[in-house]
Amino acid sequence: MVENRPLAAILTHVVLIAGIVFLCFPVWVALVASTHPGEALQRSPIPMWFGDQGFANYSQLLREGVPAAGGVPLSTMMLNSLFMALGITVGKIAISLISAFAIVYFRFPFRMLFFWLIFATLMLPVEVRILPTYDVVASLGMLNSYPGLIIPLIASATATFLFRQFFMTIPDELVEAARIDRAGPLRFFWDILLPLSRTNIAALFIILFIYGWNQYLWPFLITTDQDLYTVVMGIQRMVNVGEGVPIWNYTMGTAILAMIPPVLVVLVMQRLFVKGLVESEK
Amino acid sequence: MQKRVVFRNRWLPYLLVAPQIAVTLIFFIWPAYQALETSFFVEDVFGFSRNFVWFENFTRLFADKGYLRSFWTTLVFGLSVTFLSMSMALALAVAANRVLKAATAYRTFLIWPYAVAPALAGVLWYFMMNPSLGILAYMLEGTFGVDWNHYVNGNQALLLVIIAAAWKQISYNFLFFLAGLQSIPKSLIEAAAIDGASPTRRFWTIVFPLLSPTTFFLLVVNLVYAFFDTFAIIHATTNGGPADATSILVYKVYSTGFVGQDYGSSAAQSVILMVLVIAMTVVQFRFIERKVQY
Amino acid sequence: MKTQLLATAAAISLSAVAAQGQERIEIQFWHAMGGQLGERTDAFATTFNSLQDTCTVNSVYQGNYTETMTAAIAAFRAGEQPNIVQVFEVGTATMMSAADNGAVYPVHQLMADQGVEFNESDYLPGVISYYSDTDGNLLSLPFNSSTPVMWVNKTVFEENGLEIPTTWDGVVEAARALKAAGVPSPFGMGWQSWTMIENFSAWHDLQIGTKSNGFGGTDTELTINNDHVVGHIQRLADMAEEGLFTYGGRRGDSRPQFVNGEAAMWINSSGYFGGFKADIEDFEFTQVPMPYDPAVRSEPQNSVIGGATLWVLQGHEDPEYACTAQFLDFLSGTEQQADWAQATGYVPITLAAAELMEERGFFAENPGTDVAISQLTLNEPTANSAGLRFGNFVQIRDVINEELEAVWSGNKTAKEAMDAAVERGNELLRRFEATAG
Repeated sequence: MVENRPLAAILTHVVLIAGIVFLCFPVWVALVASTHPGEALQRSPIPMWFGDQGFANYSQLLREGVPAAGGVPLSTMMLNSLFMALGITVGKIAISLISAFAIVYFRFPFRMLFFWLIFATLMLPVEVRILPTYDVVASLGMLNSYPGLIIPLIASATATFLFRQFFMTIPDELVEAARIDRAGPLRFFWDILLPLSRTNIAALFIILFIYGWNQYLWPFLITTDQDLYTVVMGIQRMVNVGEGVPIWNYTMGTAILAMIPPVLVVLVMQRLFVKGLVESEK
Repeated sequence: MQKRVVFRNRWLPYLLVAPQIAVTLIFFIWPAYQALETSFFVEDVFGFSRNFVWFENFTRLFADKGYLRSFWTTLVFGLSVTFLSMSMALALAVAANRVLKAATAYRTFLIWPYAVAPALAGVLWYFMMNPSLGILAYMLEGTFGVDWNHYVNGNQALLLVIIAAAWKQISYNFLFFLAGLQSIPKSLIEAAAIDGASPTRRFWTIVFPLLSPTTFFLLVVNLVYAFFDTFAIIHATTNGGPADATSILVYKVYSTGFVGQDYGSSAAQSVILMVLVIAMTVVQFRFIERKVQY
Repeated sequence: MKTQLLATAAAISLSAVAAQGQERIEIQFWHAMGGQLGERTDAFATTFNSLQDTCTVNSVYQGNYTETMTAAIAAFRAGEQPNIVQVFEVGTATMMSAADNGAVYPVHQLMADQGVEFNESDYLPGVISYYSDTDGNLLSLPFNSSTPVMWVNKTVFEENGLEIPTTWDGVVEAARALKAAGVPSPFGMGWQSWTMIENFSAWHDLQIGTKSNGFGGTDTELTINNDHVVGHIQRLADMAEEGLFTYGGRRGDSRPQFVNGEAAMWINSSGYFGGFKADIEDFEFTQVPMPYDPAVRSEPQNSVIGGATLWVLQGHEDPEYACTAQFLDFLSGTEQQADWAQATGYVPITLAAAELMEERGFFAENPGTDVAISQLTLNEPTANSAGLRFGNFVQIRDVINEELEAVWSGNKTAKEAMDAAVERGNELLRRFEATAG
């Protein structure tokens, strides 16, 4: 950029294109595999160009699922994933917004204790304490239920910190003005804070939606009822079916279907996504 | 930390923090306490009886070669994933930062893997490397004569999960490196160019040091990712095998508890991991606080 | 007037019964059958549901054997256990310890309580002994039972003018000849602990563990690091070194090797018959008895079963148990068992089913399908070949898997691996002894 060197410019593009190929190639392979009949994927080399079974495979997946792996329709699984992702996203944003509001705009005993309690959630990923968490959810009778899928995952230190950080940047004059108008805290929250936080909420929404959609271990453990399977965990059954006919075409079709919603969200709302990602981690 | 002007209300703030605190207490603190408690017991599979055994679960773990090896596996795995994904992301970010106008277009193609679930990333690579029909295994055999079989070869299996985990994480690192690069003042680099420093030299003496806060931040985030979020990759593909070659610590907690049904040992592993995470979070937090302050 | 009243009352109570009949009782049946076997298992439930209108069996695939068993145990601890769960044979000791604690409803007792006729002498003795308590009462219902056989690519053998081997030396020789003829990795196998250690031992009348392979008590110790087993594992390792054998995973993962013709001899469950029949078109296949080693024993003893049984779990309402008993009775029906065995290659579990298959001419039409039964009944089982009953055996098999994988990858010698397997396995046995107490 400082001096003009054609060789360097070419090299730059070569690096970028190589990177894109590396990132896209696996999905290409999966996409191609999902359009072939199962027999075409039984021996090497597998085809590298589309087959003619794409429509048949996908409609089989969406309508009936893979009989050899339990036969849960992908449409059911994807709907469950959607509920779970939306539940987690909305829940996380809602409880983080109000707790950040309390911590920033009120002074009350044990405020710091609460702050540290919330912080603790950052330190204890669910994978780390998986067995006792399962026991707790089981003893609350929440196995095989949407609340069981959603509620244990909605505490969020990250979102709380983000909102706290943002509220700190809002000028104090706004609060004073509200107080002069005799507006109570809830009025202030609803009429002023929430509209101001719109962009932050939207950005966070994308990140949390992806987080919720991509959950794997938790739904895997607590759903034994097929009607509640989510799509990301559902693929595990297909990979490990092992002894039946190769079902790679279905497995890859499932992978494609499972990644479409979150990838689409990222691509369509790229600007917000980048904002959300960079800011929520700071 | 707090506003100068605040609202006054006796009960409202408690009501507002209540949902978050309730969820935290029930689903985080309580299980963490239970893990601690269970780690001192040996339980039968169905949970009919349990015996208090003091620190036996811990001493047994540290005498177990398999568990100690798992530390090593985790370290190799974590560092490899971090190094691989960060170095590739840095190269891509530097390149994207040079092309200016086309940067956004390239960016679109480089960021989407962030949205792919780790489990799916694992499955995609597992398919491509499948010894009998994977396209990459086929090419490796044809071009380099490499006999790829991750069912037998532990190192190959480890490599497989490392690549899958790194592949997914490149987008994330790329975005942060790109943001870091874009915040470096152009004048600094131009001054160095006038002094006659070569592009490579400029990168290592000026750009890279200026990127160090981003690099350090990513280092921690990537290690945390590799240590904990990659469970799905391993569970959906290698199942920790062959011969435990891909059993990282977080996978062992699961396999000891749910597959091996040794609840005491699994709880003890949870406790060890929690201590580890707390240490890592403190490092991360201190660093972030510093960054916020200065 | 009075009769009219009675008639009305009868009508009301009848409609009440009918209304109750519409509210079908639902029971959960968790199984570990993926692929075509899974489709057939689900079909059993569908057929049963359509035959009566009081109860519905909800058949759910819960992953492989280990996953299904652990899911059921986790669910039991959470109070959400299924009514019926399919558990593989190595989980038997664990499930039996649960029976002592009242977590399991023994099948013989369930049938008696529900008034369903049930006769243990209808079953194949070799199958039933594996799952009975010390008084000979059946605790779980055998569902799919198989035994390892050697699957052979007949076409390749004929093309190369080779005899199908009956001894291990013969296998090595044939493998060399096939390798020279271009078969990439002539020998293969799956479920290695079951086929290469447990069944190798039974087949040669070698002890697997002290105390009659664990039947005699929980204070048992493994003895699989004896010279014969070590020698056998070393032979396989040498074959791998020579390129005659390629390891392909712990369970049936190496199945494509045989289906694709990469391997011409594949030792694994007889239960692959149904799948092979559907998938293999390019060549003719058959099953022959497992090879034996004349240097260890002059002739083979008998093989032990594998597969799984259905366990009924406690903690449900009585009407559900009535439904459960009916379903189990349906499953062990002669027709069902004969159809299942014919379609899958599993061993028919009742004598009547075996006779029906004979009558239908199945064994005559499908040569080799009787190998499994004849292996199991070859000789009166000895203390070494009646089966095995070790606690924590699911985990012990994983240990054995790990150690064997270290052999296949060349990191350990057979001796080192088997010594380590015994040491680590014994530790798990002690841990089980301590908790099962």
